[in-house]
Amino acid sequence: MAELAPQLLSGNEAIALASLDAGVTLGVGYPGTPSTEILENLSRIGGPAQWAPNEKVALEVGIGVAYAGGRALVTMKHVGINVAADPLFTVAYTGVSGALVLISADDPGMHSSQNEQDNRRYAVAAGVPMIEPSDSQEAYDFMREAFELSELFNITVLFRLTTRVCHSKSIVRSRPKAPAVPKYERDVKGRVMIPGYARPAHKRMREKLKQIADSKLMDRLTSEYGDPKSRKGIITSGVTFQHVIESSPDARILKLGLTYPLPLERVRDFVNSVDSCLVIEEGDPCLEEAFKLVDIPVLGKPEEFRFGELTVDRVQQIISGDYREAPPTPPGKPPKLCARCPHRVAFSILSRLDCIVAGDIGCYTLGVMAPFEAMDTCVCMGASIGVGLGLRHALPEEEARRVVSVIGDSTFAHTGVNGLVDMAYNPPSTGHLVLILDNETTAMTGTQEHPGTGRKLDHSPTRRMDFEAVCKAVGVDQVHTLDPTEDVQAYEKLIKDSLDSGELVVIIARKPCILTERRIAKAQAEAEAAECLAEQPND
Amino acid sequence: MTEAEVTNIVIAGLGGQGVVKASDILSQAAFAASLDVKKSEIHGMSQRGGSVSSDVRFGEKVLSPMIPRGSADFLVVMEETQVTPNIHHLKTGGVLITPEHIPYILESENEEEAKRLQRTLNVAMIGVLSCYIDQIRTEHWLAAIENNVPPTYFELNRKIFLLAQAVEQVMARVASAAHKNGGMSIPVRS
Ligand SMILES: Cc1ncc(C[n+]2csc(CCOP(=O)(O)OP(=O)(O)O)c2C)c(N)n1
Repeated sequence: MAELAPQLLSGNEAIALASLDAGVTLGVGYPGTPSTEILENLSRIGGPAQWAPNEKVALEVGIGVAYAGGRALVTMKHVGINVAADPLFTVAYTGVSGALVLISADDPGMHSSQNEQDNRRYAVAAGVPMIEPSDSQEAYDFMREAFELSELFNITVLFRLTTRVCHSKSIVRSRPKAPAVPKYERDVKGRVMIPGYARPAHKRMREKLKQIADSKLMDRLTSEYGDPKSRKGIITSGVTFQHVIESSPDARILKLGLTYPLPLERVRDFVNSVDSCLVIEEGDPCLEEAFKLVDIPVLGKPEEFRFGELTVDRVQQIISGDYREAPPTPPGKPPKLCARCPHRVAFSILSRLDCIVAGDIGCYTLGVMAPFEAMDTCVCMGASIGVGLGLRHALPEEEARRVVSVIGDSTFAHTGVNGLVDMAYNPPSTGHLVLILDNETTAMTGTQEHPGTGRKLDHSPTRRMDFEAVCKAVGVDQVHTLDPTEDVQAYEKLIKDSLDSGELVVIIARKPCILTERRIAKAQAEAEAAECLAEQPND
Repeated sequence: MTEAEVTNIVIAGLGGQGVVKASDILSQAAFAASLDVKKSEIHGMSQRGGSVSSDVRFGEKVLSPMIPRGSADFLVVMEETQVTPNIHHLKTGGVLITPEHIPYILESENEEEAKRLQRTLNVAMIGVLSCYIDQIRTEHWLAAIENNVPPTYFELNRKIFLLAQAVEQVMARVASAAHKNGGMSIPVRS
């Protein structure tokens, strides 16, 4: 096939390009490191891309696109799949007419995440095929395969990236564009999952997985490297393959691009053709367990290598059996809230008032660091409100009155609203206070737009979610909006009074993030200029 | 596929110093010079002023995107405090490049001008590094810089790059002459 000029691309850029070349109908997702740049790049190169308020909605929109016969790309970080798990497990039954490729960007080592869950487990649990590239070229090639596989088998494909694939750059040769998308077809029994239709759908799904395991695609995604005469075998996948081939070029290496369903017979033949075979995988021992379950005699890695990222050095340790830990390196400088960050004010106050802070995820989680140390919990996005309510319900009154939930604006639109509905529905006897730190952007992941900013992914204007109106509509007693940097004493007094008022209070502290100041000023100037032009008389 | 054919460079500094931009320039210049290239770094918290580092590897064929411990040929550090947390990357005999290599060139008595110059620190450091990378020609470096800085800042960055390159060449020559005479230490440390 004709090859186009090579480019130096990150994994995320390669995914965006592959999606565009595959004729993607819509890319939809929610920001989350390390996945965020996929949709940003898709938009930049002229593809259709939009942010959803959260991952569940993103996947549902993607499902609709694929039911309509379109090709959907849905992107999120690994923990986003937890939010989207409900639709995922059932779209696995219904299948799709067009294509649905769901990106899970995992973060082994937790460079910017609250856990290092291994989403290979989701492919097995939901019953959807999983593809894993090892560099940007494979990210491109396998993504094209993923769209084809999804369309050919009418199945959702889970595409797993890891931080080092997303954020590493390497050379990519792209291919010509895919042909146009097929048309919409109605399929009630296939799409409406009442039990009577879901039972046969489950069987169809298992049948498809079997067919995929025996398909030609499996051959294209499974490759052997290294010395074919070697008696030492290694089975691996993803970026770990790159570390393995660098540290052990003299072994025979079997690289799996499709990690669910697995090419078990090919693996068995491979293992039988060597004296001993080691499985080297980052994260959970998923492959090792799957092989051992069907009596393929492989060796795994010791438990300590389940934690954190693998590197060339750690792979060498696994191979050599020398598990001594490398001497620790002096710590670098930890991140902190920017000097002029409007979030700072809130944490100074909460720290002074000795509050019990049910926190949430965003830049403001840095309120846990010195000098503030003003955060008591941080579980997952949106959890601040529910956890805060639970604390209020359970703690003795004196302490309950010190509890405040602190949440960012993007997080509020993501899953905070649900907690607020419960706050009004089941109010604690001491009331409750929610502080929305509204910096009018998703700062943590690189200043993306969200429904509350009134701007779309490409920063163009759209309808704006009105937080004040939402709070009132769900039944909150008092809603206050203020600029946190304007009158700090009034801000502090309002928080103090609200904690103790016995009522349900939401304070929206609104002040744009300093990282977006310039972009917003520029957009405003442009909008004003456009308005000026529009107002000019025609003649 | 022997390791010896791969050049490993770690660029380190603090968020906001342009570490990622410097590694983009380096990797694009290597790419333009028809080398195989990989680079890897951690995004995310970089804008919040914390430590940032980026691995760039190039040669005939590069495998892992991450540089194994103690095998960096060059460690480019943009801020003195970041030497300690990163020195373990450098191999024995590797070259450490710090802002000490370019004394005075980013200074000005005018405060505004000094600020403007400080923002070219990353490109200045790349200028120093360029003296040691034979495979990449000046035209590749300049094209990569042009690609990565706003058009209005290109001329300034071009000048700073060439100036830093010239300063390093002179310093290295002085040092090696001094070394031959048995005096003075070399500014290139390991
Ligand atoms: C389910 C899930 N999706 C995405 C993320 C990544 N993420 C962490 S915080 C955050 C949003 C932060 O925005 P906001 O609440 O507005 O706070 P800010 O950073 O602007 O202060 C995102 C998207 C996550 N941790 N979990």
